[in-house]
Amino acid sequence: MADAVLTHPARPRAPAAKPSALMRFLKRKSTVAFLMALPLILLIATLVVYPAFYAIYLSTLRKSMASVAWMRNCSWLPDAICTRIPFGNIQFLFTRETFWMVVWQSCLFAITAVIFKALLGFIVAHFVHNIPDKGQRKWRGMLLIPWVIPPAMSTLAWLWLFDPSYSAFNYTLSFFGIGPIPWTGNANWARFSVILVNIWVGAPFFMIMYLAALKSVPDQLYEAAAIDGANWWQRIWYITLPMMRNIIAITALFSTIVTFANFDIVRVLTAGGPIDKTHLFATWAFKIGIEGSDIPLGASVSLFMVPILMVAAIFILRDINQRGNEA
Amino acid sequence: MTDAALPRTTPARNVRYGSMKANREWALRWSYVFLVIFAAFSLLPPLYMFITSLKTSAEISAATNPWWVFTPTLSNYVALLTQPQFLVFFRNSAVVSVLVVIITMLISIPAAFALSRMRFWGSATLATGVFLTYLVPDTLLFIPLFKMFATFHEWTGIQLLNRWWVLLIVYPTLTVPFCTWIMIGYFASIPKELDEAAIIDGASWVQVLTRIFIPVALPGIIAATIFAFTVSWAQFLYPLAFTTSVDQLVLPVGIITTLIKGDVFNWGQIMTGALLGALPPLIIYAFLMDYYIAGLTAGATKG
Repeated sequence: MADAVLTHPARPRAPAAKPSALMRFLKRKSTVAFLMALPLILLIATLVVYPAFYAIYLSTLRKSMASVAWMRNCSWLPDAICTRIPFGNIQFLFTRETFWMVVWQSCLFAITAVIFKALLGFIVAHFVHNIPDKGQRKWRGMLLIPWVIPPAMSTLAWLWLFDPSYSAFNYTLSFFGIGPIPWTGNANWARFSVILVNIWVGAPFFMIMYLAALKSVPDQLYEAAAIDGANWWQRIWYITLPMMRNIIAITALFSTIVTFANFDIVRVLTAGGPIDKTHLFATWAFKIGIEGSDIPLGASVSLFMVPILMVAAIFILRDINQRGNEA
Repeated sequence: MTDAALPRTTPARNVRYGSMKANREWALRWSYVFLVIFAAFSLLPPLYMFITSLKTSAEISAATNPWWVFTPTLSNYVALLTQPQFLVFFRNSAVVSVLVVIITMLISIPAAFALSRMRFWGSATLATGVFLTYLVPDTLLFIPLFKMFATFHEWTGIQLLNRWWVLLIVYPTLTVPFCTWIMIGYFASIPKELDEAAIIDGASWVQVLTRIFIPVALPGIIAATIFAFTVSWAQFLYPLAFTTSVDQLVLPVGIITTLIKGDVFNWGQIMTGALLGALPPLIIYAFLMDYYIAGLTAGATKG
């Protein structure tokens, strides 16, 4: 309000003339603020919120009437009823073996990758923290490179390292008498490779976050613990972990969302193969929805990510609100 | 397991004075050993890209030692950089990324200012909403967006699919929420006295933003810019789903869809392309590492 009064004399209009209601409305602080935030609101509403609900609508449709009956095994019902049952796609998915495989693979992929990323990040952060401050920048810089390279590009390098006939890994391993490993050819090895690449890409993020957290733990705590005769394990368990709890939790939750919804790595490395054994929700939805142009079924597949993403999001939000209240 | 080795010496050395120092030296030595191992693991794929990019096709198919270049050549680089197609990918990527950065900043800076300083009805909810939007992954939205663009074409006759500028519409959904979020954090850390003084001196809210907040929060803006650029440059799913014609592709998709032709993999060129595609983010990172890391950690630690 104050600004409206103050800017009033600056206006070229005659001061005697009463500003119109519209002008006064436009000068109000809340109006200015709303106008400033308007592009953001429009963007979120039209390109995030609307598509999210549109996906739910799409998932209730079917691609063609012919596939309907086959899909939902309701050909014995009159067409008028059979074609109008919503969520037929979901019923159909439940009967597919591939779907359950994708569920299992997505969970396995997300859980294993996040755990190993967190472990590796925690260990590496400690090593970086151990060395003198002067050298830390250099090491941190090198260790963060996997995170900086676009994942699609670095996965190409991994694809080449895993190449069936020219694999550089197999070349090296052959000197140790270890036979050629079918990195992307065999189902379990392919899963291993996908997880390995994901750990490679994601661990640096954990490292950076944990390093920032480690630096915020006061040294006095460790000194006091050392005087009390705490060993390394007790120092980590009773000081480092409790002090870093928040960061550990929020980094893991962020990473869970990103890993669970991952697309680039699987798409480039295995494209879901061999025989769908590495498909995740995202890559399978892409295969069905875009490549197979069955948009309703693809939308249904991608919607199955929502429950897990929502659980992670709720925990993150709770954590952030808590810290907001503390501050 | 590994760090178990270092303090295990403690009981034996506890008796002597100066054991702390010896302990630290041990820890330091082991730290370096493991850092070297981890750094090797981190740098292996990019280094291997570089090694392969210097090889001729003949050397690659001869299956000699893959870790060494016997006859280094720049022919892959020459071949790619003189190929008009590749230059089109590069140009598309550059144009899209730069424009997305500009659009992102134009949307998120005023919005963050409004949300952090000027309350209006629902502003707190909107701030939480912005954060939630950041958590919505691209893999959830690409199918409805695809269908939306197709329907839009039916209604208005404006074709959005298979045009590179459709990316200008969808990329901001990935960059704006995060940039707004970290800018809210940066703006909130600016003392209130600063803008109050400016308001008393007769500045308008827009002037407060452009004359005070933007200069003071410049480090945050740089961090947000870097984030927006690297995200737009690296984005793979949206261009793969929305663009198919060769002249509309951006670099990552272009490399993967055009250089991999059936079963014939020209690995020398693929690796060269991947390296060139990774280069712009790497260069930015090399020069602005501190801003990059500030932006990375701000997402989860601020707010």
